[in-house]
Amino acid sequence: MRAETHRLEVALETVLESIDLAEGIVTRVSEAAGFGEEDVHKIGMAVREGVVNAYNYGNQQDRRKKIFLTIEFGPERLAVHVLDQGPGFSEADVPDCLAEENLLRTSGRGLFLMRAFMDEFCVQRGPSGGAELVMVKNLPKKISGNGAVPSS
Amino acid sequence: MAVLRGTCRDVGDIAVVDFSGKITLGEGSAVLRKTIRDLIDQGRRKILFDLSDVDYIDSSGIGEMVAAYTAVRSANGELKLLHLTRRVHDILQITRLFTVFDVQTDEDAALRSFRSTL
Repeated sequence: MRAETHRLEVALETVLESIDLAEGIVTRVSEAAGFGEEDVHKIGMAVREGVVNAYNYGNQQDRRKKIFLTIEFGPERLAVHVLDQGPGFSEADVPDCLAEENLLRTSGRGLFLMRAFMDEFCVQRGPSGGAELVMVKNLPKKISGNGAVPSS
Repeated sequence: MAVLRGTCRDVGDIAVVDFSGKITLGEGSAVLRKTIRDLIDQGRRKILFDLSDVDYIDSSGIGEMVAAYTAVRSANGELKLLHLTRRVHDILQITRLFTVFDVQTDEDAALRSFRSTL
C-alpha cells in the first residue's frame, strides 16, 4: 500500500489569536501523525515561535496581511511552512542569542528555539516575497514486536 | 491556554510571587511585566518568583523574564527563581539563561540567599 502524504493549508489573520490557533492545529496534526507527547510539545512550540515571528517581525502586526501555515505529514516526517508577507530576512542578520553580549537581550530567541526543537530548519524567500520558515520533524522509527528497531 | 496569574505574599521583606499558567506573548507577558513594575514601584527590592505552576514559556516570555531581571537589578535589587518545572528549566538551560538567573530549588534556602543589605 502506498504511504500517503497529507497536506493542510491555513491562511491566518495577523492577530494575536492566530498564534494559539496555529499551535493548536499543529499540535492536533502532530498527535494524529503519531508523535509522542514531548515531540508534540516541541513541534507546537516551534510553530508558535514561527507564527510569532511572522506576526511581529514579518507582517509587523499589520492586520491587512496574512500568515500562511502549511503542514505536510506522511509516515516518516512532518514539515511545516510559515510564510509571511513582510520584507523577508536573512538568518545571518539575526544576532546569536547565546553569545555572552546578547544574553540580556529581551528578544531574538525565536529562531534559536525553532532550530533547537526541530530536526531541520531553514529560512527561505517565499514564492512572492516574504520570509518562509521551513521546519521538519522526523517521526521516530517504529519499534517491531520484539522491541528492536527495524534495520530497514 | 491558561492565563498567567501571579499571587504575591510577603515573607519578611521578600516578595514571593506564586505564578501559575503560561508566560507567552500577549496576556502572560503583560501580567509578568505589570507584576514586576508594581513591585518595584512599591519599593520592593527582594523578589522571588515561584514558577512551580508554570509549565510553558515561549521566547516572548523569556524576554519578559530577562526584562524583569534587568529592571530589578537596575533598581539595586535581586530577582530569583524558584521551583522551575522541567520544561521551563530546559528552556533556560538551552538559552544559557541559567548562567544569568539565580535559580533555587528550596524556598527556605532561597529566602536565606537574599543579601541582607538590600
